[in-house]
Amino acid sequence: MKKRDLVIVGGGPAGMAAALAARAAGVQDVLLLERDQYLGGILNQCIHPGFGLHHFKEELTGPEYAGRFAALVAEDRGIEVSLRSFVVKLTKDKELSYLRPGALEEIKAGSVILATGCRERTREMIPIPGSRPAGIYPAGLAQKMVNIEGWIPGRAAVIVGSGDIGLIMARRMALEGMAVKAVIEIQKTSRGLVRNVVQCLEDFNIPLYLRHRVSAIHGRDRVEKVRVVKVDDASVDVPGSAFEIACDTVLVSVGLIPENELLEMAGAEIDFRTNTPVAPGVNLTSIPGIFACGNASKVYDLVDWVTRDSELAGKMAAEYLERPEAADR
Amino acid sequence: MTADVIIIGAGVTGAAIARELSRYKLKILILEKEAEAAFGVSKSNSGIIHAGTQNPPSSLKGWLCVEGNRLIREEIAADLGLDFAQCGQLIAVFDLADLPELEIIKKEGEELGVRGLELVDRAWLDLNEPNISPGVKAALRVPSAGIISPYRFVYALVENAVKNGAELKTERKVTGIRPQKGGGFEVVAGGEVFRARFLVNAAGLYADEISAMAGAPTFKITPRKGEEYLLDKKREHLSNHILFPLPSATSKGVLVIKTADGNPMIGPTAHDVEDKADLSTTEEGLEEVLAGARRLIPSVSKSDIIAYFSGLRPVAGKDFIIRHEDSAPGLVNAAGIQSPGLTSAPAIAVMVAGILKEHGLGLEPKEEFRRLRPRPVHLFQVPPEETRRLIAKNPAYGDIVCRCELVSAQEIRDALKRGARTLDGVKFRTRAQSGRCHGGFCTTRVIKIMQEELGLPATAVSKRGRGSELIKDERK
Ligand SMILES: Cc1cc2nc3c(=O)[nH]c(=O)nc-3n(C[C@H](O)[C@H](O)[C@H](O)COP(=O)(O)OP(=O)(O)OC[C@H]3O[C@@H](n4cnc5c(N)ncnc54)[C@H](O)[C@@H]3O)c2cc1C
Repeated sequence: MKKRDLVIVGGGPAGMAAALAARAAGVQDVLLLERDQYLGGILNQCIHPGFGLHHFKEELTGPEYAGRFAALVAEDRGIEVSLRSFVVKLTKDKELSYLRPGALEEIKAGSVILATGCRERTREMIPIPGSRPAGIYPAGLAQKMVNIEGWIPGRAAVIVGSGDIGLIMARRMALEGMAVKAVIEIQKTSRGLVRNVVQCLEDFNIPLYLRHRVSAIHGRDRVEKVRVVKVDDASVDVPGSAFEIACDTVLVSVGLIPENELLEMAGAEIDFRTNTPVAPGVNLTSIPGIFACGNASKVYDLVDWVTRDSELAGKMAAEYLERPEAADR
Repeated sequence: MTADVIIIGAGVTGAAIARELSRYKLKILILEKEAEAAFGVSKSNSGIIHAGTQNPPSSLKGWLCVEGNRLIREEIAADLGLDFAQCGQLIAVFDLADLPELEIIKKEGEELGVRGLELVDRAWLDLNEPNISPGVKAALRVPSAGIISPYRFVYALVENAVKNGAELKTERKVTGIRPQKGGGFEVVAGGEVFRARFLVNAAGLYADEISAMAGAPTFKITPRKGEEYLLDKKREHLSNHILFPLPSATSKGVLVIKTADGNPMIGPTAHDVEDKADLSTTEEGLEEVLAGARRLIPSVSKSDIIAYFSGLRPVAGKDFIIRHEDSAPGLVNAAGIQSPGLTSAPAIAVMVAGILKEHGLGLEPKEEFRRLRPRPVHLFQVPPEETRRLIAKNPAYGDIVCRCELVSAQEIRDALKRGARTLDGVKFRTRAQSGRCHGGFCTTRVIKIMQEELGLPATAVSKRGRGSELIKDERK
């Protein structure tokens, strides 16, 4: 089994920042594994501005922000990037297996940083009853379809939940000529950033229904309409308040879940309510030498803070590699 | 086009009949209205290969179930490379006063030929079902029951039938049937006319309409809805058997089911509905299923649910209707195939072949009937050495598309080569998009592979056929 000093799983902003910081702290050999065909993670599909105000003190788009880190990673000869590489196994002894086109690789790492990001909560987790036609998308999938592939998912949309991706997609779809009929949020306030509510909804006259929920999705082959009900402060339906909105598209933006299945496989302690590692401090896990950073460790609302904390993760891994006994005690 | 036998419907019933008839020197045509096989009732059910218990000893479905179960266990699962697991079933009682009821089920089962039935006590349950409710006092163990992936069962039957010369035509909704003067039928489907001497009606929920079209309006189908809820794979070991409660006067009983893919499932409900296309789930259904499942396993939680669906049982009275219709000579109905239709299909097929023979269809065996079908590759099922061998043979087995269920680009191409035409068809065959993220990450990649392999524009890729396209416009 090949030995590597530091293996970082995930080539988004967290993984790249951790890799660069680890190098700066003296780590000689870094392997950065990314399952997609490019570095950058979710930022690649975030083509709107609003990134980097804190870290770079200027306003960048997602791909620009990611691009700056990717350029530094590419220049660094101590970082080996392996794309389309999917980690299938991690043990507490830091043995990893990963698949890439043409190979199944097995390596033993001195230290591991998991920077695997988040997945979206789905319609099924709420769960919204009704039928299961085409036209229901997690908001992030719709974002990828529109921004990366140039695929317009429908003509008229309703957005369930007011998470930031949903708000940003409301504007994006409006700009693409789709009718965005409503954003439906069960809470008293939006889940997203205030600036997104203003810039993405108010500026486009998209109604935000707070304290409402989508109680059913209807449609045989393709979505035809949703049913909406008002709820009171105890989240109980208000009798007689139900109404329907015709649409062919439903975007679901009801939160993110850190992806920690590898950490779980390694036997680390996980809080199953939030799917985050149970640990005494930032970036740590219950297994010494295995770290988690970025959205895998907790859901961040700004990438700048992901960068800041992930740089720390790189440094922590470097320190661990120097004196593993100190942590193993 | 003229065939010896036209089978209407490519669900499990039609598929099993096609495979059975493909043993003989016959021209067989299957007409299916949907974009793919298995898109009717056969895709949404509990996936249980029932043992045959809890059917009246005199019923047709009782003995067909016992025989279907035997055929699947002893021959078909191995021949067709199916994921069949004989995990066994427990019928639980919550009150020892109900033990005589279990004795009756045991006796009636034995009359039908179900083997190995055994009453087990609380001590046995403590040992073998650690999560079962303390309220369960005893159970009847039914060892020959098992589980299967229902749609993959249908695909395997269809593929094998096609390999043996049968032909499947999809997107051919039968809209007219004209009995011919000298015998036989003309069948209008999707704007084309097909002819055959014999017609087998395996049209599931629509079998009453097909039978009437052919001149035999002899029964009516009422859909009976069943809602089912799948749980996260992390809960795979919730139970070791399929758990049934003893049905009571007020409730038919919600089950805790194991599935071939590892996700436990809870359900189904049973309510008659009007609309044959009403596949919605409801808040009441969810509450009913959760309450029922918790009676058996108290730790089941709403947050374990990762997917749900409902299916409609095609009910025409209490039993299956499998017969030649004398008012429409040449028409054989395989109708009213409610539960346990998935299990019974192979036995129904043998019975239908017999009826056809009785009515004059010559059944001359082929010199070579190719009964085996190689098992498709699923990376999540194979050990690392095998993965390595597969990747060495074809690098694309190392190119992971679906991260939740570990599905490679090559498995998706394999599925398309074996007949998948839609996103659901790919999902049912490979499991891509069926995990925790519900396709959030892999859908675009799957669409692109479908475009490459099938030569489709993105706007023509659909979830399950015409009208369910995912993309309205493409910006270049
Ligand atoms: C909730 C639920 C749970 C169940 N659980 C189990 C179980 O655990 N075990 C078990 O053994 N059984 C179970 N069943 C029963 C089982 O699913 C059915 O008995 C079986 O799938 C019926 O298969 P079929 O081929 O007869 O019907 P279908 O699968 O519906 O096939 C009929 C086909 O005919 C096609 N068709 C209809 N009209 C036309 C037309 N005009 N032209 C062309 N094609 C047409 C349809 O599109 C369809 O593909 C369950 C059923 C339900 C609903």
